[in-house]
Amino acid sequence: MPPSAVSEPVVRFPADPGVGSAIRGAFGQLTTVVAYEARKLAHDPTELLLRAVQPALWLVVFGSVFTKVHAIPTGSLTYLQFLTPGILAQSVLFVAIFYGIATIRERELGIVTKFLVSPTPRVVLVGGRTLSASLRGFSQAVIVFLLALALGVTLDWSVVTVVGVFLAIILGSALFAALSMIIASLVKTQERFLGIGQLMTMPLFFASNAIYPISIMPAWLRAVTYVNPLTYLVDALRQLMIPGAGGMFPAGVDLGVLAAVALMLIWVESRLYPRMAQ
Amino acid sequence: MIDSVLETNELTREFGRLTAVDRVSFAVRPGEVFGLLGPNGAGKTTTIKMLTTLLPPTSGEARVAQFDVRRQPNQARRVIGYVPQLISVDGQVTGYENLWVFARLYRIPHEEREARIREALEFMGLTAFRDVLVKNYSGGMIRRLEIAQAMMHRPHVLFMDEPTVGLDPLARDAVWAQIELLRRTYGTSVVLTTHYMEEADHLCDRVGILHRGRLVALDTPAALKASLGRVDGSLEDVFVHYAGEEVELGGAYREAGRTRRAAVRRQ
Ligand SMILES: Nc1ncnc2c1ncn2[C@@H]1O[C@H](COP(=O)(O)OP(=O)(O)OP(=O)(O)O)[C@@H](O)[C@H]1O
Ligand SMILES: [Mg+2]
Repeated sequence: MPPSAVSEPVVRFPADPGVGSAIRGAFGQLTTVVAYEARKLAHDPTELLLRAVQPALWLVVFGSVFTKVHAIPTGSLTYLQFLTPGILAQSVLFVAIFYGIATIRERELGIVTKFLVSPTPRVVLVGGRTLSASLRGFSQAVIVFLLALALGVTLDWSVVTVVGVFLAIILGSALFAALSMIIASLVKTQERFLGIGQLMTMPLFFASNAIYPISIMPAWLRAVTYVNPLTYLVDALRQLMIPGAGGMFPAGVDLGVLAAVALMLIWVESRLYPRMAQ
Repeated sequence: MIDSVLETNELTREFGRLTAVDRVSFAVRPGEVFGLLGPNGAGKTTTIKMLTTLLPPTSGEARVAQFDVRRQPNQARRVIGYVPQLISVDGQVTGYENLWVFARLYRIPHEEREARIREALEFMGLTAFRDVLVKNYSGGMIRRLEIAQAMMHRPHVLFMDEPTVGLDPLARDAVWAQIELLRRTYGTSVVLTTHYMEEADHLCDRVGILHRGRLVALDTPAALKASLGRVDGSLEDVFVHYAGEEVELGGAYREAGRTRRAAVRRQ
């Protein structure tokens, strides 16, 4: 074989782009996954509107009644004030838990496979999907804030509140979406997921400080609330949104806990996610 | 000198006690259209899943464009395109948006992105439908969109798992023409699987026949036909010769089911 043929390959293979480029690329890929979700929502926003029903029922019916009867001791806050951040957290939870089902659906549609053959790091794919959940979380936040306004609930409207709530929703959505995706990756079918999803969301919701203070709980239940991530989300939102509301922990600590748990779950799911295409 | 874009060496995948792919070795040359044939369950899709980094091999190795699928999966992913066996696009967004997402995931530079998307749509004859939601596409259009998506980043190797299943004859001809054009225009190597022997005969430079996970034959269609030692041997006869009795069994039912699912998936 002539030496010239050796130096002239038939095809030129791309060089490795290097770490700096990979990190920049990963950021672009992350925003792409989120933007994709935004496009889907833009084509069919009915779901966002339907999701307004549940928080409305909780605040208007449950909240109004319990405010009247003074059945739940909420200190200096009215019960509706106490409840509003809890219902926002609940909305974030319910929206994010839906991402497991969405992932199973995407698996059945072959979209997961397409994502996985693309040169996108697994952790970016999973991170992007979990961040997508916060888009729906934001729309829920707008709904809850509007409902609170309509019901005359006194809220804090400062910049710190808005930014803090924004951050709390991102972290909470990512955490519960990652948790939900982990379960989806393990069970793989919609039927099994639905069962587990039900089994999981209700205890998360009721074993938290969302609709009553933990001070009225029996000791064993109180212990459970401390390991329930929803508690930290509610605690952060309540301090941020309600003037004069005390917290179990400083809001910064709550957000830190949410961030740490979310990152851990995203990392775990990025290990499990490739199973969805095997 | 690089004389293969794809090489496997004793590639093996076990599922529990079943060896779905059993010590398979072959190489694909640049610009070649390579067909993997074999009865249902022969291991075609499993082989492709390993080559596309989706499924880790139990043993053996595979390199795509010199990248080891196990040790350098992310580099390998940059140079491959994949059209899976089952229809796999998102019906909830438009054709354009489907391509846009993957143009970005494949990191096609910003200044080239729109041009590439336009070119891919043009190439696959979908320009008029770019802003239509994919759930309103026909099966043939979806297949073409998938191929458009898989070629946008100019892969060195394009894997197509039964690319023409469930398509009407016209749509099938269109896909065949695009595969030819792709190879001529970009020098893309294509690895495809099919149950249609005339398709393999027409499109493939070489074919490998898988049977129960083993690669039992590998050559040009002409050489394989000649090897039967009959004057009028067809590729169908070659297939029966190597893959035996199982040809007619099972296939029709599974294929029908798959086509129907493909139709349902568009909802
Ligand atoms: N994830 C899996 N778990 C267990 N067994 C599997 C899995 N995937 C494939 N198999 C088995 O491996 C064998 C090869 O399957 P494969 O899908 O590769 O066949 P194929 O040649 O693509 O068939 P077809 O023509 O029907 O598409 C089959 O027996 C199949 O049941
Ligand atoms: Mg197959």
